[in-house]
Amino acid sequence: MTRRLLFLLPIAVFAVVAGYFLWGLAPDRDPKDVPTVMVDKPTPTFDLAAVPGLGVPGLATGDLADGKVVMVNFFASWCVPCRAEHPYLTAFVEKTGVPLYGINHRDKPEDAAAWLTELGNPYQRIGADPGRAAVEWGVTGVPETFIIDGDGRIRYHHRGPLVPEVLERDVMPLLQALRG
Amino acid sequence: MIIELGHFALILALAAAVLQGSLPMIGAARGDAAWMGLARPAAVVQLFLVVFAFCALTHAYVTSDFSVANVVQNSHSAKPMLYKITGVWGNHEGSMMLWILILALFGSAVAVFGGNLPPSLRARVLGVQAWIGIGFMAFTLFTSNPFLRVFPAPLDGEDLNPLLQDPGLAFHPPMLYAGYVGFSMAFSFAIAALIEGKVDAAWARWVRPWTLLAWAFLTGGIALGSWWAYYELGWGGWWFWDPVENVSFMPWLLGTALLHSAIVVEKRNALKTWTILLAILTFSLSLIGTFIVRSGVITSVHAFATDPERGFFILILLAIAIGGSLILFAVRAPALKAGGLFAPISREGGMVINNLFLSAACAAVFLGTLYPLFLEAVDGSKVSVGAPFFNATFVPLMVPLVFLMAIGPMLPWKRADLAGALARLKLAALAALFIAGLTWYLQAGGPILAVAAMGLAAWLFAGALVEWSDRVKLFRVAPGESWRRARNLPRSAHGMTLAHAGLAVVMAGIIGSSAWKSEVVTNLKPGETVEVAGYSLLFEGVGKLNGPNYTAERARFTVFRDGEEIALMFPEKRVYPVTAMPTTEAAIRTTLFSDLYVVIGEADGQGGWTVRVYHEPLVPWIWLGCLSMVIGGLTSLSDRRLRIGAPHRQHAAKPTSHPATA
Repeated sequence: MTRRLLFLLPIAVFAVVAGYFLWGLAPDRDPKDVPTVMVDKPTPTFDLAAVPGLGVPGLATGDLADGKVVMVNFFASWCVPCRAEHPYLTAFVEKTGVPLYGINHRDKPEDAAAWLTELGNPYQRIGADPGRAAVEWGVTGVPETFIIDGDGRIRYHHRGPLVPEVLERDVMPLLQALRG
Repeated sequence: MIIELGHFALILALAAAVLQGSLPMIGAARGDAAWMGLARPAAVVQLFLVVFAFCALTHAYVTSDFSVANVVQNSHSAKPMLYKITGVWGNHEGSMMLWILILALFGSAVAVFGGNLPPSLRARVLGVQAWIGIGFMAFTLFTSNPFLRVFPAPLDGEDLNPLLQDPGLAFHPPMLYAGYVGFSMAFSFAIAALIEGKVDAAWARWVRPWTLLAWAFLTGGIALGSWWAYYELGWGGWWFWDPVENVSFMPWLLGTALLHSAIVVEKRNALKTWTILLAILTFSLSLIGTFIVRSGVITSVHAFATDPERGFFILILLAIAIGGSLILFAVRAPALKAGGLFAPISREGGMVINNLFLSAACAAVFLGTLYPLFLEAVDGSKVSVGAPFFNATFVPLMVPLVFLMAIGPMLPWKRADLAGALARLKLAALAALFIAGLTWYLQAGGPILAVAAMGLAAWLFAGALVEWSDRVKLFRVAPGESWRRARNLPRSAHGMTLAHAGLAVVMAGIIGSSAWKSEVVTNLKPGETVEVAGYSLLFEGVGKLNGPNYTAERARFTVFRDGEEIALMFPEKRVYPVTAMPTTEAAIRTTLFSDLYVVIGEADGQGGWTVRVYHEPLVPWIWLGCLSMVIGGLTSLSDRRLRIGAPHRQHAAKPTSHPATA
């Protein structure tokens, strides 16, 4: 009997995987609409060193509550969606002038430097995060982006790449509202 | 007109497949020879119709018929002829046509060359092939029809994604699909065997050539794909653990396991249910790959235009094909008779270990690829699983596998003497130590793990050669006698040596290019020089260039080594005006032991340019090693045993006397 059950294992595993696939196809699945516990909380306390070779300073809690609305973006050179997001993010920063701070997640400094030299560096500050900061920020993967108001409070959290629709629909209106 | 005829031919091919998938199956169940016999002509007719449909679509591309929507979306009148043709499969709809064409080719190959198959098995194999064909032709006709017209026809097309306008891409998809679809043969044989209720040595001997052929194609396809990524994407990397790469790698891992377990079924009549399961799973992973790439459930940089509706259709196909076959497996496989017994330390035992590691590696890749979807479904968070995960899970599984890979072929069937096998590998151990020491010396230390890994690659390479030279008694008898022995050795033995040694070469290439890659990114003005790994590159400036459907900025570098001019290199940056997409064309100079790789980036507006220079030691070995693996596979395929179908006539004759058990 147990032998018979063993033969049912493959179909059982497939059924579970197929269930996930079906869920993944649901037309009302909106990967952008993610509840996050971080919104409306002050930013976590952190102090990240600069990435060597980039020529931009590191990032710490104190840089975030200086009266300006800023964006904080978690990225890594090994992350494919980050590459996809990069041109949109750069164009957005150029258009709006919002200061963009980067947190370079689990990356080799030389890889990060090469990546930014190749694609251009839109970040004013970049902190190197061996992993701890991501946990404190409630980040589960890269890329993820936060909008921080002038008081150092998180007002928006987006998981996944910032594609033009998200920037137009969510980020732009919020940015205008926060800037008054 | 031709395009409508092509459309009609595809509909007729679907009808032929329905016929092929129904009457012969019923005939096989009833023992009706005439109905079973229908499968062969139906498969050939289906092939002719599919070829006609494919040619009709190709004709529309070649003549730039912009009244066809698919041509409008993926072609342009100024595109070079080669890319007009490759553009046929450079898009979703056309690539489905290629998929169907290859499926029909394999199906009719069984019909034409399967003369020595028992009629009921042949009818069922062809029937299952037809079911797969029905699924994909219906999918194409109902959701992805490439034969639709647009009215009014636009003056010109929207052009093909410039990244795909590359000679490497002419051959990458056909080879990859030949691999994916080729595994459908093993699948069809497995389903047919489950329906028949019988798996024997003869069955394995029929499955193995198809699996080998598919495996060789898939190996070549993956290698071409990574080579293309290497020179075309301009990142200096050749593998990114992107979902689209992973879905081609998973069937390769399980297909490799299948290749080995089928030998055990053939020689020892053991591991039968496991081999059947592997055959089902290998093709299932090919299907899942198609689903992942085309449905958009997982983010990837180079996905096809995705569409949830299409995804839903493929998911239904998956549920029927994979779900149905696994249910059949659960019901029928327990009744299959277990075969020969063997001691844990034996050739069979080695194959089991091989299968365990390959399956575990495949599971690791599967988990990493689908984890973002699983996690999002469970708690809604979106993640990206990148190279760190795969390096941490996949590599540790490969290390013991490669270590044991040198030992396995030394073990005899049934029961083996491990000490004896290890004693024969003394030379390989010496080679490993020597290469590790040499690497240590040449690289002045370097990452200790990389040095050890080079030793491991040498161990495998030398192990494969030792096994081969033992068999031909190299240096122990007169050279003439060794030559005679080598000629009498089964071709599959040569094939194995080539494939195993090829993997060692691939491994050395991977290690060299990851551990000792040097990379310089800098801003250069004309007349300035950049140094990398002993080379000096003098940047002489950038000129404009006009291609047929692009404009380019071409930089000129003079390469010096020890003060002597050795080469000129011309990296380009192209812009394709129709799609407004830029591409980088890297300049690569190879010595076969290393590549020098130059890419130009953006101009800084003050006369300087971003320039990236990579020096990648041993990187060409990755593709040379793959080539050796493919040649090994094809050599093995040409083995008399597989060509003839069965070495002993009495073996081949036996199964036909069995009535079909249902």
